[in-house]
Amino acid sequence: MGVLSFLFSSSIGRKLVMAVTGVSLIAFLVVHCAINACVFFMDGGATFNAAAEFMAHNLFIRLAEVGLIGGLLIHIVQGLSLTLNNMKKRNNKYGSSPKRTNSTWYSRSMGLLGTILLLFLVMHLKDFWIVSRFDAQGGLTESKTLYHFMLEVFTNPVPVTLYVLGCISLAYHLLHGFQSAFQTFGLNHPILTPMIKTLGAAFSIIVPLVFASIPVVIHLGLIK
Amino acid sequence: MKHSMKVNLQVWRQKNTQAQGNFENYSVETNPDMSFLEMFDVLNEQLIHDGKEPVAFDHDCREGICGMCSMVINGNPHGPKQAITTCQLHMRSFNDGDTIVVEPWRANAFPVIKDLSVNRSSFDRIIASGGFVSVNTGNAVDANNILIPKDIADEAFEAATCIGCGACVSACINASAMLFVGAKVTQLSLLPQGQSERQSRVVAMVNQMDAEGFGACTNTGACSAECPKGIPLSVISTLNREYTKAKLNGI
Amino acid sequence: MKLESKIPEGPISEKWTKFKSTVPLVNPANKRHLEIIVVGTGLAGASAAASLAEMGYKVSAFCFQDSPRRAHSIAAQGGINAAKNYQNDGDSVFRLFYDTIKGGDYRAREGNVHRLAEVSTSIIDQCVAQGVPFAREYGGTLSNRSFGGTQVQRTFYAAGQTGQQLLLGAYSALERQVGLGNVKMYNRHEMVEVVTIEGKARGIIARNLVTGKLERFFSHAVLLCTGGYGNVFYLSTNAMGSNVTAAWKAHKAGAYFGNPCFTQIHPTCIPVSGHYQSKLTLMSESLRNDGRIWVPKKQNDDRHPNDIPEDERDYYLERRYPAFGNLVPRDIASRAAKERCDGGYGVGPSKMAVYLDFKYNMMQKYGRTEASKHNIENPDDATLLRLGQEVVKEKYGNLFDMYKQITDEDPYEVPMRIYPAVHYTMGGLWVDYNLMTTVPGLYALGEANFSDHGANRLGASALMQGLADGYFVIPLTIGSYLSGEIHTKAIPTTHEAFEAAEKRANERIQNFLNINGTRSVESYHRELGLIMWNKCGMARNEKGLNEAIAEIRALREDFYKNVRVPGTDKEFNPELDKAGRVADFLELGELMCIDALNRNESCGGHFREEFQTEEGEALRDDENYKNVFAWEHTENNKWELHKEELVYENIKIQQRSYK
Repeated sequence: MGVLSFLFSSSIGRKLVMAVTGVSLIAFLVVHCAINACVFFMDGGATFNAAAEFMAHNLFIRLAEVGLIGGLLIHIVQGLSLTLNNMKKRNNKYGSSPKRTNSTWYSRSMGLLGTILLLFLVMHLKDFWIVSRFDAQGGLTESKTLYHFMLEVFTNPVPVTLYVLGCISLAYHLLHGFQSAFQTFGLNHPILTPMIKTLGAAFSIIVPLVFASIPVVIHLGLIK
Repeated sequence: MKHSMKVNLQVWRQKNTQAQGNFENYSVETNPDMSFLEMFDVLNEQLIHDGKEPVAFDHDCREGICGMCSMVINGNPHGPKQAITTCQLHMRSFNDGDTIVVEPWRANAFPVIKDLSVNRSSFDRIIASGGFVSVNTGNAVDANNILIPKDIADEAFEAATCIGCGACVSACINASAMLFVGAKVTQLSLLPQGQSERQSRVVAMVNQMDAEGFGACTNTGACSAECPKGIPLSVISTLNREYTKAKLNGI
Repeated sequence: MKLESKIPEGPISEKWTKFKSTVPLVNPANKRHLEIIVVGTGLAGASAAASLAEMGYKVSAFCFQDSPRRAHSIAAQGGINAAKNYQNDGDSVFRLFYDTIKGGDYRAREGNVHRLAEVSTSIIDQCVAQGVPFAREYGGTLSNRSFGGTQVQRTFYAAGQTGQQLLLGAYSALERQVGLGNVKMYNRHEMVEVVTIEGKARGIIARNLVTGKLERFFSHAVLLCTGGYGNVFYLSTNAMGSNVTAAWKAHKAGAYFGNPCFTQIHPTCIPVSGHYQSKLTLMSESLRNDGRIWVPKKQNDDRHPNDIPEDERDYYLERRYPAFGNLVPRDIASRAAKERCDGGYGVGPSKMAVYLDFKYNMMQKYGRTEASKHNIENPDDATLLRLGQEVVKEKYGNLFDMYKQITDEDPYEVPMRIYPAVHYTMGGLWVDYNLMTTVPGLYALGEANFSDHGANRLGASALMQGLADGYFVIPLTIGSYLSGEIHTKAIPTTHEAFEAAEKRANERIQNFLNINGTRSVESYHRELGLIMWNKCGMARNEKGLNEAIAEIRALREDFYKNVRVPGTDKEFNPELDKAGRVADFLELGELMCIDALNRNESCGGHFREEFQTEEGEALRDDENYKNVFAWEHTENNKWELHKEELVYENIKIQQRSYK
């Protein structure tokens, strides 16, 4: 460790870990979102299944996946530990809350939003990822592709609602997290910083919207 | 003459650091031209007259520069208006009959001494750990031998206007002191003076900040929004950058 | 005891140089065994504590605030003078020396002031090296501006927060030494006694304001850097906590008090708005560069200022002092405002205010320039005003905002209302050239001493003096005393002198707590302030001063019968702290009046109505009063006057004229 031990000991170092892992998760979301969006080709899931197949069996992807999971775990553990630690810095709470909003509620609730996302993630992985990677629940077959499986899951309004709520949490988590990561990297530039903020806001709205639209669209029977 | 007004106060009373505190209710006759602290003077005069103990609160210059006054008013450090300190707040910002909740800065790194007074020596110790240029008296070269472009000087000045009041810590959900530390680090990293200790400075100051029990920054921006001097959030990104660079250099 | 100023022999420009090369020194090994106490951590205290610690002395520093950075030096707005001559406008050490002596109405010591002018240049170097962000030109060089009463641009500044930036520089140097273990810092500690043993200062008793405990501290020398005593007037531009207590205890321990009645009343402050008022706020002197001061020509004119036509306005400074106009020195501008208000021409709800109006310069000075920059031909008034307002906003925006915050009036629309207020005290503990008081080993630095500003201080000179004393004077001059103390071992604080001093302090505290009367400390302070302001303020006369002395004595007596100090002495008790400070003000106030009564002349800020020219200007009496009054405290509230003759070998004394 040596030189890098600050990443797990100092307040700024730990935040840096959150930012690095956060940005890598953002990169993953781009890929994930792109593949999901394949359902909109309206080709009965052919493109989507091909992409899913590629992701499931490409060696490089599988290796990257290990890294991703590692990053995710670090993001979760470090995030929870930071949040819990921060909560211990003010033992006596305020008796009144500010009338003026000095910060956004979601920026103050990253721990909570993250926890919701974690719960969502458990459900989501159980629903799809385990099915696609391991031969659980009977596994996928030629006739029952991931695409079909998805159509099946989203006929039920309960998972649709939960997925939409999960995507809303994701949107708010990103709305703060995206630009916050760059702040943590120390980016402070008269042109780049505002660009990143705008980009971050756009990303935080578009990506979760694409994600959320799929269960809704399927549920409404607009995609078959 | 403006007519008088009456406000109801809920003031945090706490005998000493160890004691449990609680809110007490008071009502004060005031007028719109009175400053918030003058309204507290009136309250204290009243309490002394009634044989009760006056409210302890910190204040000194009463013109917004010493950084001593420190009240959280209805949840906002230094009250509802932006870019001013408690002593610059006037009663005309409130309405007749309002109920106003007044509390001390709350953070473990700022223990309450009594009522609304807190101990902010942790800030001094952070400065003592590295918030300076190591130059002994008499070692200086002629002032104009160090040329500093106006925009750099102005930016350094902006960061240097921090009054060390601690509103940033009190506003932060994590009780983080990053805006305070960032302001000093930004000022000194911009200037050519003291560059030789640039990296050791930031590491020492962050270590001290962590040791004092301030929380980790989550970039909510509340600190900058509540800062009576409007220190920008960018000082925190500068601090992050300076610190990371120094650590990656093995400092 | 004869007052010895110990000014070195020789020509004025060589005194300090010669002193520096001949003053006895203390070798580094011995410095480690010599302890120094610094009380107060403003510009003088912080810079002294840091510099002495850098040299190797063992330093303990004390401040009553929660951090050394809060000292009231932080509130200084305008700037700091230095004879750098960066503007190539003919400035020199001699010119700064000359301006300061003249500005002080020939009541300051030549030797000290020349030294101040000499070291002024090093101060700027030192501050820049520390990272103080002074204003700069585009080329990167330091920027200067001009300030009251001088003809050169020698004032260095950092926007309107020069004091803050300089103090934070000194504070960082101090904290550096704290971090290195060379200075032990005591926050929230108030000095309540000087301990003397065999006539020498050997330490202090300080009260821990958090626990209330009286604590004893030994040292080989004690430095008082505790600022001025303007708060004796209750309402002033000083901080609420600024007090005379440390200086007063030193005075009672044998240090003479120099020129106590010399008070600076600053002409441009926001007027008092109500009886509850606790503090007055300064509007920087720089505003007088662009504002014109006027009152209505008619008495008791209640019209809105904007409704009073031009020919019904009396620009009285321009009328009386055509050569300097609105830029006359502070004492003159203040008295002129008082004269108008006393005559019934005052404005605002209290009628104790005059207008400071920017409209003319906004339109004619800045508006026209901007219009021509923007190629607007024949601009109408509205355009001129709009363009001018933008310029003024950039120059003084923060001051205008501050004014609006306090008064709820928009100074861009209506003229500011201003009135003079107590700002600075030129008087203070009498010190010799080494800054040592009449008690060996006891020093006074910065505003706490009397030495450099005579009867009136020039703008931007207070910061200069504080830092000169702390960074460059005391580190050298203290050697001449401490070199004789290297054999003095640390005296245990169980010594009877410490016992006795602590006992005195404790008795005082118990006395305050036991009176258990009906009136608050604050109410006495207000009443004292009113007496001082009315009878020992901008104008004084024999009758009023005699009345004031009697009233103060009566008030003091009442204080010890009827004051109520709540709480105990074993806890954080700001009311008890205040009681001690007000008790000292109640004694100081009397001495100030006695001093004013004995000085039968007018000079600088001291204006005795009996001594004025036919045109109402100050009339000095150089034959009888070209001297410093140094008061010795003989017994309880009894004083004996000693005089130090002032010798002017390098400057020809003249009557000040600004007409």
